[in-house]
Amino acid sequence: MAGEPVPVAGSVPSTRLALWRRLREGEDLYGLAFLGPLTIGLLVFSYGPVLAAFYLSLTKGSYLVTPKWVGLANYSHALSDPVVWRALRNTAYYVVGTVPTGIVLGLALALAMNQQLHGIVFYRAIFFLPTITSSVAVAVMWAWMYNPDFGVINALLEVVGIKGPTWLASPRWAMPAIIIMSIWRGLGYDMLLFLAGLQGIPKEFYEAAEIDGAGTWQRFRHITAPLLSPTTFMIAVLATIGSFQVFEYSYVMTRGGPMYSTMTMVLLIFQRGFESAEVGYASAIAYLLFAVILALTLVQLRGQSRWVHYEL
Amino acid sequence: MAVATIRSRREAVTALLLKVLAYLLISATAASMIFPFYWMVSGSLKTEVEVFLVPPKWLPIPPQWSNYVYVLSSIHFARYTYNSLKIAVFSTAGVVLASSWAAYGFARVRARWRQPLFVVMLAAMMIPGQVTMIPMFIIMYRIGWVNSHYPLWVPAFFGDAFGVFLVRQYFLTIPQELLDAAKIDGCNHFGIYWQIMMPLAKPVLATLALLSFMGSWNSLLGPVIYLYDEQLFTLPLGLTAFRGMYVTYWAYMMAGATISVIPILVLFLFTQQYFVRGVVLSGLKG
Repeated sequence: MAGEPVPVAGSVPSTRLALWRRLREGEDLYGLAFLGPLTIGLLVFSYGPVLAAFYLSLTKGSYLVTPKWVGLANYSHALSDPVVWRALRNTAYYVVGTVPTGIVLGLALALAMNQQLHGIVFYRAIFFLPTITSSVAVAVMWAWMYNPDFGVINALLEVVGIKGPTWLASPRWAMPAIIIMSIWRGLGYDMLLFLAGLQGIPKEFYEAAEIDGAGTWQRFRHITAPLLSPTTFMIAVLATIGSFQVFEYSYVMTRGGPMYSTMTMVLLIFQRGFESAEVGYASAIAYLLFAVILALTLVQLRGQSRWVHYEL
Repeated sequence: MAVATIRSRREAVTALLLKVLAYLLISATAASMIFPFYWMVSGSLKTEVEVFLVPPKWLPIPPQWSNYVYVLSSIHFARYTYNSLKIAVFSTAGVVLASSWAAYGFARVRARWRQPLFVVMLAAMMIPGQVTMIPMFIIMYRIGWVNSHYPLWVPAFFGDAFGVFLVRQYFLTIPQELLDAAKIDGCNHFGIYWQIMMPLAKPVLATLALLSFMGSWNSLLGPVIYLYDEQLFTLPLGLTAFRGMYVTYWAYMMAGATISVIPILVLFLFTQQYFVRGVVLSGLKG
């Protein structure tokens, strides 16, 4: 060991030998082996495409034609395209229809389940069935039920004396039909998350409240709701982000019709990008969607301090 | 005293009312969950004529099992099932292996750039798939993988951010002393990974595998973008294409839908607790 420069804390190793020793001590080579594939994956499948998509959004071309630089033309075209605005509106309509309803119903179910703890495994399995089923199978299943002439939904409505609408064939009712189906599908998932949250609330709080004479509603308002707010917040954020990306229902059931009433952003991106090969335009719309989702998420994160309590 | 008794009696009534309400809510919801599935299966067993009956026929008697035979053979649903299974198995293997591999790197290998890379990986989780799907397609097109199954499972072998996160959490709970003991016995990181960490991590790996399998089995966007030959279709894609062609053959469609649901249903019933844990964990990642 004589003759080798000893690295002093904070000094930069000035010889290759010292560098090699640093490398071996720090397990960096092992790090390369274990984290290498992931790094490659992140570059090739995540960050690379993100940057490429941005570049593409500033060009015009198809998959075979070399893209031509057009600057922000795609963006200005998108912002003045009525179909884009319709898709955005429809998507927002979908999100507003499914997320709050899902949260309220999911919470109600979780509260109910929390009381009746026997048979929970059985019910939990049933509630989960829609969630584990592919959205395509769900869409097909419901498409038949929604059929205006021989579908079971209108048949049941008939029994109660209501003449059901034409559902998926009606510009007014197609999106609500999808919303109902989507709520049905997501209930089990929301309920499960709320249940996990509920079961994390220490019983001592409730016992203390009872001793103090608090009623059921008061216990809910002052203990359950605040302590559950992190879970509620998380569900709201994730559900919003997820709902904005709705694609499969409208692709399978209506292809965006009737009359664009179920055209959603992702479906539009898909059609422009893969059916009419307007690669640049589709990328621009995708970035617009990204921006909307990001903005909404930030707003929600900011709003956290207002109503989310991380401790009582 | 009197006030206390009145209040406690009111409390008792409220509590009972809530219990009844809860029971009703649960039962009603459970019924509404099951009904569409029942309807799908019963529809799959009806004849072409019975499907159009108004008011609807509630029990499909006699059951037309021939519908399933037709759908599996003439409409190639057996092939679609095989494709779905193959892709799901490969993709799940990739996710489990690659995620645990990288997770070990993050958890127990002292590389200098661990922390920044971890943050970078987490940030990547925020990128919505729609932004990357077009460039990815171009990449796949350039290497000639369009219209093959490769784009649907090869990327899984490079790690999945959520999977890495999940397994890393678990690995961190395995005591360092265990690993130090192994090192003294002459084990290097590779040996520790394969002989110690992986066997111990079976529960989290099972959960990850299930979520992964379910995601792959149910996915539509990947297949619809990359698969053009009908021979290569997966079940969701086959069902969608089927809907385009056979819009009025509802019985066959219901049979196809049922076929796509049964495998995942059976898997779920046997591994419920892992699914549930996986769902809760995936929610908590936020």
